[in-house]
Amino acid sequence: MKKQRTSTMAKTSSSSPSSPSSPSTTNVFDLISEELVFIILDYLNDNNPQDKKSFSLVCKSFYSIESKHRRTLKPLRSEHLPSVLNRYPQISTLDLTLCPRITDFTLSVVATTACVNTLRFVDLSRSKFFTGNGLAALVASCRSLTALDLSNATELRDLAAAAIGEAKNLEKLWLGRCKLITDIGIGCIAVGCPKLKIIGLKWCLGIGDLGVELIAVKCKDLRTFDLSYLPITSKCLPAILKLQYLEELILEGCFGIDDDSLTLLKQGSKSLKTLDISSCQNVSDTGLSSLTSGIGCLQQLTLAYGSPVTLDLARSLQRLSKLQSIKLDGCLVTCSGLQAIGNYCASLRELSLSKCSGVTDEGLSSLVKKQKELRKLDITCCRKLTCVSIAHVAYSCTSLTSLRMESCTLVPREAFVLIGRKCHLLEELDLTDNEIDDEGLKSISKCSNLSVLKLGICLNITDVGLSYIGDRCSKLVEIDLYRSMDITDSGITAIARGCPSLEMINISYCQRITDASLISISKCAKLSTLECRGCPLMTSLGIAAIAVGCKHLTKLDIKKCYNINDFGVLPLAHFSQNLKEINMSCTSITDVGLLSLSSISCLQSMTILHLKGLSPRGLASALLACGGLTKVKLHSSFKTLLPQPLFEHLEARGCVFQWREKMFQDELEDSKSWKLQVAEMNNDS
Amino acid sequence: MNVKDMPNSEAWNEVQQNASLNNQPFNNFTSREQSKWEDPSILDYSMRINSSFSKFNQPSQNSTKIPKQDGTQTQMPDVSNFDPRATLNNLSFLEQKIHQLQELVHMIVGRKAQVQGNQDELILQQQQLITADLTSIIVQLISAAGSLLPSMKHNLSASATTSSGLFLQQQVKQAATTSSGLFLQQQVKQAVVEEVKPVEQQSTQMDSVTNSVTEMSSNNNMEEDHELKDEDDGKEEEHLPPGSYEILQLEKEEILAPHTHFCTICGKGFKRDANLRMHMRGHGDEYKTPAALAKPNKEASSEKVLLKRYSCPSIGCKRNKEHKKFQPLKTILCVKNHYKRTHCDKSYTCSRCHTKKFSVIADLKTHEKHCGRDKWLCSCGTTFSRKDKLFGHIGLFQGHTPAIPSEEQHKGTTTSVQSNLSENCEMTNMGFGFGSSNGANNENVAQLMMDGKVNVDDPFFSLLNYEYSLGGLQDFPLTNFDDSPSSFSFLNSEEKDGMMCGSSNDVH
Repeated sequence: MKKQRTSTMAKTSSSSPSSPSSPSTTNVFDLISEELVFIILDYLNDNNPQDKKSFSLVCKSFYSIESKHRRTLKPLRSEHLPSVLNRYPQISTLDLTLCPRITDFTLSVVATTACVNTLRFVDLSRSKFFTGNGLAALVASCRSLTALDLSNATELRDLAAAAIGEAKNLEKLWLGRCKLITDIGIGCIAVGCPKLKIIGLKWCLGIGDLGVELIAVKCKDLRTFDLSYLPITSKCLPAILKLQYLEELILEGCFGIDDDSLTLLKQGSKSLKTLDISSCQNVSDTGLSSLTSGIGCLQQLTLAYGSPVTLDLARSLQRLSKLQSIKLDGCLVTCSGLQAIGNYCASLRELSLSKCSGVTDEGLSSLVKKQKELRKLDITCCRKLTCVSIAHVAYSCTSLTSLRMESCTLVPREAFVLIGRKCHLLEELDLTDNEIDDEGLKSISKCSNLSVLKLGICLNITDVGLSYIGDRCSKLVEIDLYRSMDITDSGITAIARGCPSLEMINISYCQRITDASLISISKCAKLSTLECRGCPLMTSLGIAAIAVGCKHLTKLDIKKCYNINDFGVLPLAHFSQNLKEINMSCTSITDVGLLSLSSISCLQSMTILHLKGLSPRGLASALLACGGLTKVKLHSSFKTLLPQPLFEHLEARGCVFQWREKMFQDELEDSKSWKLQVAEMNNDS
Repeated sequence: MNVKDMPNSEAWNEVQQNASLNNQPFNNFTSREQSKWEDPSILDYSMRINSSFSKFNQPSQNSTKIPKQDGTQTQMPDVSNFDPRATLNNLSFLEQKIHQLQELVHMIVGRKAQVQGNQDELILQQQQLITADLTSIIVQLISAAGSLLPSMKHNLSASATTSSGLFLQQQVKQAATTSSGLFLQQQVKQAVVEEVKPVEQQSTQMDSVTNSVTEMSSNNNMEEDHELKDEDDGKEEEHLPPGSYEILQLEKEEILAPHTHFCTICGKGFKRDANLRMHMRGHGDEYKTPAALAKPNKEASSEKVLLKRYSCPSIGCKRNKEHKKFQPLKTILCVKNHYKRTHCDKSYTCSRCHTKKFSVIADLKTHEKHCGRDKWLCSCGTTFSRKDKLFGHIGLFQGHTPAIPSEEQHKGTTTSVQSNLSENCEMTNMGFGFGSSNGANNENVAQLMMDGKVNVDDPFFSLLNYEYSLGGLQDFPLTNFDDSPSSFSFLNSEEKDGMMCGSSNDVH
């Protein structure tokens, strides 16, 4: 018993520098005041929830100190909420997103526990089993509640909105996809919560002009207003633009707003910094210019999927002297429009042109020649761009930190050498589906700050190129090598060795990769996402190594790794206690492995298709054993093989089933042929 | 009865003939211009005529101006430049006045013949009323005569005598003799004097000529001055420029009188002149002629006529002309509805909900059409037929929330709360309304205030509806037609036009 205690102490001391170096029989922590221990505990960040758990299990005094210290709680099960909440009386943030089922009873339990006086933020997004009664109980007892996230509570009605309206101190409220709330309900909130600063109404299809206008009239402190996809017109805009502190306005997909009504707007907002009118198909340059006419300090403008970017539209941006970011994703772009943006906008930091048709070398070159301060550039799928554009980008925008150029297929391999030579500050680089080769990678490895590198479907790169990256880019956090089929273990090993802070790696369909890669990856202790689907040479041994080495693993994809069986899953079930999502379709896992996964209490999502060794009985017991499941993908043949009451029971627990009909495809296609297939499909369509 | 009437009317006809004879230089006036004075609103009720006084006062400025029909004033640099049109108008006005007097006396005779002194008190009362009416008409006459002065002055200076002046003198003298009474004679004398004297000396002249100047006339003068001053510095928000319309004010009793048209023979009252004319047919064949049945002066003048606006007699009301932000009422119907709604008890209760009360029966009927169908409810208990009205109400008042149609189980408890709330809310409404009127965005607030007030009193009478019911005169007689005592329901079309064209005064 004592031995065990010292071991946990040592574990704790590793992350808390001021803890005593040698444990003694008398607790030194008795001599330190609580405040000091609190400061020590502050260093235990939330990366691994196990740390604080270990600390609290050391002794009774640690237990009580940790109880008083904790501010944020993210429980996995709602069943234990009463005891947990009474243990932590100082909780201010309660995140219930991991609980598969939150009912009125749960909320009333929260309302009766000790934490009601300190509770400020309750996150209820992702659960829809509660009603207005539960909310009313919660709001009535938690008088200091300032933030509430009710996104996806699709069953909430006006009565619930009226209950929310009782929270007088509410400052932040998210109601995304609460489709049944109408103007009446939002009216109650507007009147009841005058201190609101942030309100998100995305997809609240029942709310119209009147409700929105009333919010703008009643909530004078509003900073952020998300009205995406609401059936509103320009009638409510004057009231919104009168808001004194409004900084962010999102009008994405508001089809009711059109040019004619916008031209009638008299007054512009003085404080607005971010404006999003993407997907507003009825707003063209005339509407935009009248909308932005009074907004002097606008910094960020999103016009994605809107009207064509022409000279006139660019001209309407002329008055926005402080504009830093323009997002034009999916727009039809003209050359003159891009030139004008280059001329009129003083100093852009961010430009997004992804999926824009009409982006040519001429337009982009003339733009980037003027915008030398550009930090982020997104030219994803601008397929007409060639070496000329990239050369101009490289020479002009040397302070670029983010460059996304997925599928710029005409750009030759020499261009990437240029990028690496000129843009040393790059942190994010997306080169998916490009012609880059080892020489390019060698050049790019000079960007020592690189943290995100995406090289999916880059068929020209080999282990040599990766070793350059592994040698120099030590800050790499995320690397995507999807379908880079020439990669072998040595490349991966170089990356894993050189990038200890790696959190996400995708080596799907790199068919030559074996367990050796996984063993080397297992040294990256921070790894949270591993996608290695379609690697037939991997075995349970590699997965076991990952399970032991990567304690933070939350997402694992081992689909089509035919050689992984129960022996790989068992260590996973034992060590990877943070695992939330697993895809184990087309593997050799059987009932035993599946059942063992139920010991992972975090597990929420499972995809179990085409498991030959899986019996209905085993599946049923596994599903019942995994109490926290919220999403399960199953082959539709199980629909009839399992009793209906079982599904009903699981659905009542908060689990959603997705059924797939697809037949099992045995062949493993070659990456090159796959790319050809994709190209053919593109040509056909 | 009719035979007795005859001499009187003959005498009056003579007067008129004389008048028209004397009027020869100017007698080319058309019926259009005449119709301008035809409207009963000035003739029936004792009130001040603003415009004529303003015209009267204008010559007092150093350069002489003559008001033109279109409202713009042309400077008259020299006396030779004399506008016969203005004079013509004034003359036709006078003629109309005389005509009124004639009818009045006619009525007196008719009354006396009918009642034959069996109810002395009633006669006395009637006489008093008639005297008052006569007085008012004479006052109007004076002021109208005064408006002749500018042209008179020029003519005097040019040729020392004017036909118009003579005509007036004659006319008035005759009128005075026929209508009997020294009192009236003196008054008319004064009028003539006033007419001849320069304006600067008017007030002193008035004092010196005679003591029998009626209180009313002097009052009128003073108030008129006051009114002018108000308009000068007031710069009303009404779109009409201050001088472009005349303000008329009815007395409370006249507003509330059920009938405005009375049979001169039997005394029966009617709401509409057309009904009266139909009724008159029963009194003899002479009333059955097409001329007698025809609507008097049907054709509307296409020329610009001085607009008439009305003032509410209740002091302190925004519709009262003493109010700083005076907003005039457009028609007599507006006056009636406004006065009843704002200053009278709400005596009509809805038979369905037993809570809503109205002072105008049409409002009640409108409400009963919608009663029980309102689905938009505020936490204060006020119901709305339209959602945007509810949200306007909520946006205006602090603490009001939209009420959610609750389940049946809650109904018992909520009603009591609601009634409590509604009391509170009315209190706060008042406070809020008055407080905010001083705010920066007056216009906005005022607009909202009106909305809010209307909502509290009667949610169905939003501002829009309100205006509509006042403006929609065509609808009004049709809807109320069944209530009128007349059985000549086939006269719909005539009634529409004849409704406002009263010819006789109120007699209670």
